Amino acid sequence: MKVGVIVFPGSNCDRDMYHVLTDVFKLDAEYFWHEKGLPKNIDAVILPGGFSYGDRLRSGAIAAHSPIISDVRKMAEKGIPILGVCNGFQILVEAGLLPGALLKNTSLNFMCKWTNLIVENNNTPFTNKLKLHQQIPIPIANGEGRYYVDNETLKKLKKKNQIVFRYSEVVNGSTDRIAGVCNEDGNVVGMMPHPERATESEINPIDNKPSSLIFESLIKTIGVKN
Amino acid sequence: MATFNVHVTIENKPGISDPEGETILNDLVLKGTHSAISKIKTAKMLKFTIKEKDKKSAKTKVQEICDELRIYNPMVSKVIIDVFDA
Repeated sequence: MKVGVIVFPGSNCDRDMYHVLTDVFKLDAEYFWHEKGLPKNIDAVILPGGFSYGDRLRSGAIAAHSPIISDVRKMAEKGIPILGVCNGFQILVEAGLLPGALLKNTSLNFMCKWTNLIVENNNTPFTNKLKLHQQIPIPIANGEGRYYVDNETLKKLKKKNQIVFRYSEVVNGSTDRIAGVCNEDGNVVGMMPHPERATESEINPIDNKPSSLIFESLIKTIGVKN
Repeated sequence: MATFNVHVTIENKPGISDPEGETILNDLVLKGTHSAISKIKTAKMLKFTIKEKDKKSAKTKVQEICDELRIYNPMVSKVIIDVFDA
């Protein structure tokens, strides 16, 4: 069982993610440079946070055309769990694997703060060990984190249960306080907050258990004994 | 073949908030004496230089590039394309 962590030029949360996967959750993980393909024996893929291509054009827009994305797309179609965190979420949106857009925060500021999420869908590979409406204390760190969808898409997201996380209060102006969504099949999940920064008690002053359950959900999904 | 300068303006669709434009309007322009201004919208412009047979095909080609490479996110943005002789 292997988890692939994709590295784009400008990724800066790749090592934090790798550390959490391997040192905290004892998973077999491997980095994959964006210009190469993904091997077939990968059981889950994570697109980490950062500033791929320096956010040029707009966050995630250029990385969405990296060669590795065609393999990510194939794996998404096969139902393999794929998680995009922060810039990884932006890349999945720009690649068309998730709906919507991520705009500049209403404040126009880069926001780095602790937020509180509410679990709205606990049927995804990354939330199946969380309780519905469970709260997750978790940090955000982004400038373009305001999730936007038009009314028609919002209705569709609600109908198909694609809203995975909401902020418990208004944070950055996101439509319907959305912090994370999934595709229709539920195997591709994107979220702006950083679970890899919240799973260890040493760096989580509130409660590291809920964020840990995001990774434990993945372990349950891909069938690894921890 | 001739050379054309093609200006691609990427701006928010109507109804998508533009907090930067609103700040420039409310906290800069309207705080001066320019009360005649009622709206400011921010946008990003890309300037392409392209060789094509005429202005029409230059515009079509650039529009195709913008759509194919998702130069703009159609959920929130639109592009306005203007062609000039180089």
